[in-house]
Amino acid sequence: MTTTIEELVPRMRDICGAGNVITDPLELRTYECDGLTAHRCVPALVVLPGSAAEVAAIVAACAQAGVPFVARGSGTGLSGGALPHQDGVLIVMTRMRKILEIDPVSRRAVVEPGVTNLSVSKAAAPFGLFYAPDPSSQVVCSVGGNVAENSGGAHCLKHGFTVHHVLGLEIVTPSGELTWLGDGTGVTTGYDLLGTFTGSEGTLGIVTKIVVKLMPLPEVVHTLLAAYATTSEGGRAVSDIIAAGIVPAAIEMMDALSIEAAEAAVRCNYPAGAGAVLIVELDGPAAEVEAELATVRAICQAAGATEIRAADDPAERAVIWAGRKSAFAAVGRISPAFIVQDGVVPRTSLGAVLAKIASLSEEAGVRVANVFHAGDGNLHPLVLYDDASPAETIAAEELSGAILDACLEHGGSITGEHGVGVDKSRYMPKMFDADDLDTMQLVRCAFDPASLCNPGKIFPTPRLCGEVPGHRRAAQYTAGHPAVAAGQAEIFLDGYRTILGSRHPFGSCRRLPFAVGWICLQSRGRDGAVVRRLTCEHRGGFGADAGRGFV
Amino acid sequence: MRAAASSELTVVPRGAGTGLSWGAPPSSCDLVVDLRLMDQVLEHAAGDLVARVQAGVTIGQLAAALASAGQQLALDAPAAATVGGVVATGTAGPRRFRYGAPRDLLIGMTVVRADGVIAHSGGKVVKNVAGYDLGKLFSGSQGTLGLITEATFRLHPLPPAVAWVTGEFGPSDRAGAVTAVASAASSALVPSAVELDWPGGSHRALRVGVLVEGTPSGVAERAKQFSELLAAAGGAAAVADVPPARWGQLPSPSAVIRVSFWLSSLGAVLEALAAAAADAGVRPAVSGPAGAGALYACLDPATSHDAVARFVAGLRERIGRALGARGSRVGVVVLAAPPPVLEAVSAAGTIPGAALMRAVRDQFDPGHRMFPGRFVGGD
Repeated sequence: MTTTIEELVPRMRDICGAGNVITDPLELRTYECDGLTAHRCVPALVVLPGSAAEVAAIVAACAQAGVPFVARGSGTGLSGGALPHQDGVLIVMTRMRKILEIDPVSRRAVVEPGVTNLSVSKAAAPFGLFYAPDPSSQVVCSVGGNVAENSGGAHCLKHGFTVHHVLGLEIVTPSGELTWLGDGTGVTTGYDLLGTFTGSEGTLGIVTKIVVKLMPLPEVVHTLLAAYATTSEGGRAVSDIIAAGIVPAAIEMMDALSIEAAEAAVRCNYPAGAGAVLIVELDGPAAEVEAELATVRAICQAAGATEIRAADDPAERAVIWAGRKSAFAAVGRISPAFIVQDGVVPRTSLGAVLAKIASLSEEAGVRVANVFHAGDGNLHPLVLYDDASPAETIAAEELSGAILDACLEHGGSITGEHGVGVDKSRYMPKMFDADDLDTMQLVRCAFDPASLCNPGKIFPTPRLCGEVPGHRRAAQYTAGHPAVAAGQAEIFLDGYRTILGSRHPFGSCRRLPFAVGWICLQSRGRDGAVVRRLTCEHRGGFGADAGRGFV
Repeated sequence: MRAAASSELTVVPRGAGTGLSWGAPPSSCDLVVDLRLMDQVLEHAAGDLVARVQAGVTIGQLAAALASAGQQLALDAPAAATVGGVVATGTAGPRRFRYGAPRDLLIGMTVVRADGVIAHSGGKVVKNVAGYDLGKLFSGSQGTLGLITEATFRLHPLPPAVAWVTGEFGPSDRAGAVTAVASAASSALVPSAVELDWPGGSHRALRVGVLVEGTPSGVAERAKQFSELLAAAGGAAAVADVPPARWGQLPSPSAVIRVSFWLSSLGAVLEALAAAAADAGVRPAVSGPAGAGALYACLDPATSHDAVARFVAGLRERIGRALGARGSRVGVVVLAAPPPVLEAVSAAGTIPGAALMRAVRDQFDPGHRMFPGRFVGGD
């Protein structure tokens, strides 16, 4: 296989220019994993195409040579969906980052796959429009990656997932042909391959253009925080809100342990002593939302809220969200390592499953912090452990798996938004029988009969680069940073798709070619404003700030 | 299905038959599988806003079962139609603007493949990304990939109040109607439907209709705002608590042509419809969810086959000429027509991804025994 790769190198240089073909072993390491760092595999070759035609030519060359290929966007995925193939080509889409068109009358944008999620909304904002899917990595994650994973976000309860907002895709098929799926009208002719492709985790082809639906910005947005003594009281409020016929934009809950962590990390100043915090966001026309807010407030009160806060301007709302958004990263404050789980249960089973998780946690002697999208039953239990202890590590892995079993026992799913990738392929047979999996593979066979396109993902297969659950390393990378040591910066990663202190490998660093990843730091400027920036990490530790700043 | 497979029988699935005559007739039919006896609502988890039903349950039956809990399947489809049929044909009416098509409301599906194997995908939770979404693939597949036997949907609360706001535009004020559709569709007032109704050709008035759902006070306020919005575009606006005539209903035509488009092309699409109709000497009744980018042109049974074919060909040609490269963003599909028309013109024109569709068909139904002749990409 290596000779084949070597033979491919000149061809790839012809296609996308010598500067966009990476063969240096140290540089290749930059791409050895995505947001799930437990799985690592150095690709044989990395290419960074600049156009759809180049992607098509790259894939055609791979197909002809029988070489596997994997597409990668920003590398923020949490199930190893962009894990490279050791004998394959990794096709990195980050150079294709143009917003090609915004048609405000049609409420459509046409973007290249490397465009970041949030930048679509930013470009649409002057027209009073936004792009609804909002995974919490939205500052960095790419729209192409969102399509591959069918990404959700806190607001998908009301506004739906990526699949509801993608109306057309230009793709390169696994044989290297460019074709469109859907025409952007939102009306399907023939089979709905657009919907089938979305969420196929990069196994059916590579996206090169995306037509997305834009939505009018809501007239008003209200965010309400209610504190409870227990999660079951908060859960009762959620049930009553749904029973009242209200569909909030988001309903989020945190338990005592995750509140404690968030408090330590960002001093979010949630009500002291709360056993659970519920965040409800309502958006829409002013004429409806004001009445809904009154109803939700009354329901929260009746369910036993010890305190209720409400906010309707962006700054105040951000204060309420601060604790929730920091929760995943924040548990690093209270545990050396942790596993982020992503299971789903019917919303009405939340209470039973949370009780089950508590008893599993107690039995195993492993702490679990619970943060979840309460509106749609999507749990993100954070399993806390010390990875210096092999026994604790094993116990944490077992507990994490047992949580998924509990989700399935209640008719749920093994993943709500992080995907199957390599991380959960072995759980697929617990959710689907052999005939189900065989039928899904018929689609794979139609698109990719040679099985070269992101092989080894979703479906159980023995050919993996290693199969361990998704561990997060909390402290390892934070210790030596001079800015942290000097008290000038604190490690802060925004939301659950980024990981406290872990490497954040979404692309190479131009100033430090041997960089292996990025890390997000937060500090306060002289005016007190929060500044976040990414700093470069290289083999020896942290590098100079590479200037990839963002707020 | 296993027996049919072993005898290599061609199979036509059917529900209530409300949409059976739309699309090409089967080129062969050894066995009709009628799913109407599978008529059980298997599960209605009201607290989860989820229902799991057999394919033969009718839309009316399901609506009645859900209404007792103040819930609904937010789809406008004939009450007599079966759930399986509605999913298989991708039927959606005015409220597709807000809630989408069946594929957007489906969260799980059970199918029986052409070879008799039973397969499930999705589940009964609204948020789930495990495995390929076969529910999407089978939605709108017209029975050509296998039998849909069970579907699980996410539900919505029934709104406490509804209102319809209409704006009438004179025949010479097509531009006003286009503006009204666009501004209603991009309004933050959250319409549930934005319809255009243009009956009987270019000499008739146009009606823009907006459906508002919500609380009684909220709906009253928003309906007022929408009527101001329609009036600002030049329409004679009115608010009612019952739907206007023909709302979400197509006339009983011999031919239905669906035009789908990006909303910025609505003006050009109406021009092309008027011009193509004049050229072919036909008077199509044009209506549909224009705000969601679709219109249906219906031709009455008195229209000659030749005139229908000329209208379709003329429409495609005029749209191509008016929009140039952007013509690929307009789809002209013959949803229903007498067989001679379907022999004269391509039902769907050029479909993006047609080669992949054929490959999918070949995998699921290698013998092309499922509803042969129906698949729009050709068999």
